[in-house]
Amino acid sequence: MITFEKVTRRFGERVAVSALDLQIPAGEIVMLVGPSGCGKTTTLRMINRLVEPSEGRILIDDVDTASLQPEHLRRGIGYVIQQVGLFPHLTVAENVATVPRLLGWDGKRIEARVTELLDLVGLPPAEYARRHPSELSGGQRQRVGVARALGADPPILLMDEPFGAIDPVVRLRLQHELLRLQSVVRKTIVFVTHDIDEAVRLGDRVALFADGGHLMQYDTPAELLLHPRTGFVEEFLGDNLLLRRLALLPLRDVHLSRNGTRPNEEVAITASLRDALDATLRSKDGRVAVVDEADWVGTLDADAIREAAAAK
Amino acid sequence: MIAPPPSHARFSLATLRTPLFVGLALLALVVFLKATPGKITDPFVLTPTFVTSRLLRHIELVAISFAVSAAVGCALGIGLAGRGRVGRLVAFLPANLGQAIPSVGALAIATTISGLGVTSTVEALSVYGLLPIVRNTVAALQSIDESLVDAARGMGMTRLQSLLRVQLPLASSGIFAGLRTSLVLIVGTATLGNFVGGGGLGDIIAAGTGSEHVIITGAVIVAALAILSDWALGLVETALTPNS
Repeated sequence: MITFEKVTRRFGERVAVSALDLQIPAGEIVMLVGPSGCGKTTTLRMINRLVEPSEGRILIDDVDTASLQPEHLRRGIGYVIQQVGLFPHLTVAENVATVPRLLGWDGKRIEARVTELLDLVGLPPAEYARRHPSELSGGQRQRVGVARALGADPPILLMDEPFGAIDPVVRLRLQHELLRLQSVVRKTIVFVTHDIDEAVRLGDRVALFADGGHLMQYDTPAELLLHPRTGFVEEFLGDNLLLRRLALLPLRDVHLSRNGTRPNEEVAITASLRDALDATLRSKDGRVAVVDEADWVGTLDADAIREAAAAK
Repeated sequence: MIAPPPSHARFSLATLRTPLFVGLALLALVVFLKATPGKITDPFVLTPTFVTSRLLRHIELVAISFAVSAAVGCALGIGLAGRGRVGRLVAFLPANLGQAIPSVGALAIATTISGLGVTSTVEALSVYGLLPIVRNTVAALQSIDESLVDAARGMGMTRLQSLLRVQLPLASSGIFAGLRTSLVLIVGTATLGNFVGGGGLGDIIAAGTGSEHVIITGAVIVAALAILSDWALGLVETALTPNS
């Protein structure tokens, strides 16, 4: 668990992070999101002390990070950045071996770990280990970046807009891979992004920051979308807020009844209200049948969906 | 399973082109000396002992001066690369001034400090060779993508580890460009050692006043030495620079 206690960071006169209290539970993905200049990256960089707090304390499992030597602290925390920062003069394998080497692991152990990690991120070692970063695509580079961050199996992973410079199709794939990876490795992941969709898709919790490093809301994605606490939060969530909310509402939670004849368009009860809305738009008469396996359990149209959403 | 990448064939026949060229030039010199009439005194000036001793002294002057230039220049460059613009200005101003002074002037200043002889020659040459090294080292280190240093530090490298494992290897081709410029500069300028009693190949050129053969012999040997030393440093560079 990572705990921020009244952490403030100033750069000259400017306050980047102001009296931040935040608890990041072990094994969860916490997304730090907000407009540029809101202090989310500074917050991240204070965890591995690339930036030192001006005031306050940061604890990792109840140990004050200020009491540790910065280099030792950092070797126990994975670090992934947007520019990836792979060392161009080293091979993929050597890049991944960076932290184990700093920790003085022996050659056999390093080799085994590198092989394991490249397999984990979906880059077959036989094909990729000896390549140089310049011989990889952007998506492959960031996979190596993630493998390198996991090098010495650190319990914490810091990711600073890791997919920000990657095209949308590959980004989506990398996001899904990260979730798959997380289901295997169960790290405490702190992830900075300015993309609210990414935050909602990946996060177990989302911390939304406003200018000056003020934490506006810290909640699960569903809570954030359904109950934005301030006007700022609502504004940041953007124009498609209603659609995003619908995506978070499962049909199972909606009161359903059958009426009229069974419509041709169908939607499964495991889907969300957003999927149902999509189906009504496809349907010629604007009505859809909600089905549980093959059973027709209810009928929905646009009005019914609006009512269901409003009831939440 | 994961072996280091196969090292590329670094020494090919093309590598030998430069010494071959220099050899031909020296051969042409010998042919020229034999085929054209020189002055009657030439054989007494161009004795093997005289030429060899001056060549060795020249190499000695160059080796010491270049070693000092390289060590001080790289250290200064590394130190300055991390400073702000003002700090660099303060350091480059005297270095640029030093470069602007004619080399003979630099020698003259050195003799006022250390008198005539090898010491003042080495002092002047060392200072003279400094600027290209400092300038290139600073430029090469600053051209490195900042995110690489951020990644290195973020993974727990100390400043020294980041410098040795990441920054210097990546800056090496730029640093070597400065070293090679400086080395050639020093080989040429060392001929002026003659004026302050430092010896070297300048002695041959000076002894040849009035004799074409002697002057040309001295000049060709200096040129050959400059080309060969640049070539040799190029080999060191190839061996040390990582391929990416």
